[in-house]
Amino acid sequence: MADALLHVDNVSIRFGGLLAVNGASFTAEAGRITALIGPNGAGKTTLFSIISGFLRPTEGHIVYDGVDITGEPPHRLARRAIARTFQIVQPFAQLTVRENIAVGAHLARPARADALAAAGDVARAVGLDERLDQPAYALTVAGRKRLELARALAIEPRLLLLDEVLAGLNPSEVRDMVPVIRAISERGVTIVMIEHVMQAVMSLAEQVFVLSEGRVIAEGAPRAIVGDPRVVEAYLGHGAASRMAGAGHG
Amino acid sequence: MRAFAPIAAVVALLALVPLIAPSNAVLNFMVATLLIALVGQGWNLLGGYGGQYSFGQAAFFGTGAYATAILQVQYGVNAWLGFLLGIAAGAAIGAVIGALTFRAGLKGSYFALVTLAFAEVLRILASVAPITGAGVGILIKLDLRPEAFQFQSRAPFYWIILAFVGASLVLIRIIENSRFGAYLVALRENEDAAKALGVDTTRVKIAAMTLSAAITAAGGCFYAQYFLFLDAAIAYGPWVSVEALLAPIIGGIGTVFGPLLGALVVKTLGELTKLVTGSAPGLDLVIYGGVLVAVVAFAPGGIAGLLSTIRALVRRFVPERRHG
Repeated sequence: MADALLHVDNVSIRFGGLLAVNGASFTAEAGRITALIGPNGAGKTTLFSIISGFLRPTEGHIVYDGVDITGEPPHRLARRAIARTFQIVQPFAQLTVRENIAVGAHLARPARADALAAAGDVARAVGLDERLDQPAYALTVAGRKRLELARALAIEPRLLLLDEVLAGLNPSEVRDMVPVIRAISERGVTIVMIEHVMQAVMSLAEQVFVLSEGRVIAEGAPRAIVGDPRVVEAYLGHGAASRMAGAGHG
Repeated sequence: MRAFAPIAAVVALLALVPLIAPSNAVLNFMVATLLIALVGQGWNLLGGYGGQYSFGQAAFFGTGAYATAILQVQYGVNAWLGFLLGIAAGAAIGAVIGALTFRAGLKGSYFALVTLAFAEVLRILASVAPITGAGVGILIKLDLRPEAFQFQSRAPFYWIILAFVGASLVLIRIIENSRFGAYLVALRENEDAAKALGVDTTRVKIAAMTLSAAITAAGGCFYAQYFLFLDAAIAYGPWVSVEALLAPIIGGIGTVFGPLLGALVVKTLGELTKLVTGSAPGLDLVIYGGVLVAVVAFAPGGIAGLLSTIRALVRRFVPERRHG
């Protein structure tokens, strides 16, 4: 078994009366793709915001590479080589694709020319090289998702948190994107992905955690998870699993 | 070097003005224009590139002006040294206000209001404190020697303020092509995304405000030497803050030449108004307001934005000769 790069330990966060994440724990093994799935409102994105330092958990710890990083601000985590993408894409709209990616590339490269050159290389890796000099606002949804990915890659992450990079893409765009993510993983980057596109989760992830109402209710290999009655009930409602089983036998 | 060629050309051209039109009226007008271009460039760095709209540039202008004047009058410091210390004092005030506001997470109109409040507090303090001459104001002794930063004619003053404007243009161009500039623009466009990419946005904003304050303070120091008189309403008055943001917004926000273009337009309009209306007080401000509304409504990129739109249109519709 590979070493754990990221360990989320019993994390909770409370917004007033709402317990958005309720004692969630999971582990991401180094060099692998881990998927976080669950119905809308389960707390997946909130958990990502906690891991990436945008929110401070009410309870629990985030341990990365053996170091407790709970509560560290986002820019410091980026310097520890933790990158995230945003579910709602956050481009630097008035800047070109190259300038967008260069902001990430600057982390390791103080010189403007070096960062711009590195941005070109990253753009090639995600298939944006034809659009380098277009302003970000002119990109399609698929283009913006790629830009999110490119910027995150430009900081040369060891841990990459992908928040629904496939959402809003049509099936052919999803087919184009899956090999891009796989290639990133094959270069040794540890990936944790929140994803609703199950076809992609099945083909990419080695380990899946299911979050529902702020807690992890199931974990395992993708094939095992989709048949788990607790997972079916989390998505389709209480009693759904037994009704489906009944229908199947009847 | 190609990036600096337009700046060199503009500064060289402007340097000829005293040789072509040496009248005091022209030079007074051009000095006032370049002063606003300089003060506005300070605002432009923080507001245009960083997206943090300060309504209180007067805090830096006045601190620079008062520091220059008080050091000379009260402590007998050399005027040139006083000038440098004035810039440093303005930068220090910028760093302090920046640290207080940005660490508190103030953004948008809250940030604008708090900067305005700082400038007003300083204005009121300056109008009662003995060291600033309180209500009477402060007079720098006439001493027409270059060592005292005073000159017989207007021309040397003009070249000095032009040199400052030239330096500010070069500085902004350098920032545009630096990591600091890239981070500043990134946090203007999207602060969360910038943070996620490793940008310490609070630090970058405080650094930008310090530089912005230094540039605007240089304008204040110059004002003190040029007019040799200050009071609280001049040094910390809202007119500075208003002109500091009008010039870059009208000229083209977040562009190197925006403040200079805007200052030329604003000051020309001001003079024309005076010609037409005599000296009805405050009417120039009405005109400024009208121009500001027109720019925001019809040309949000200012004059610089308008020029590049026109250039793009010309390129599109005028077929290139060599293909014909």
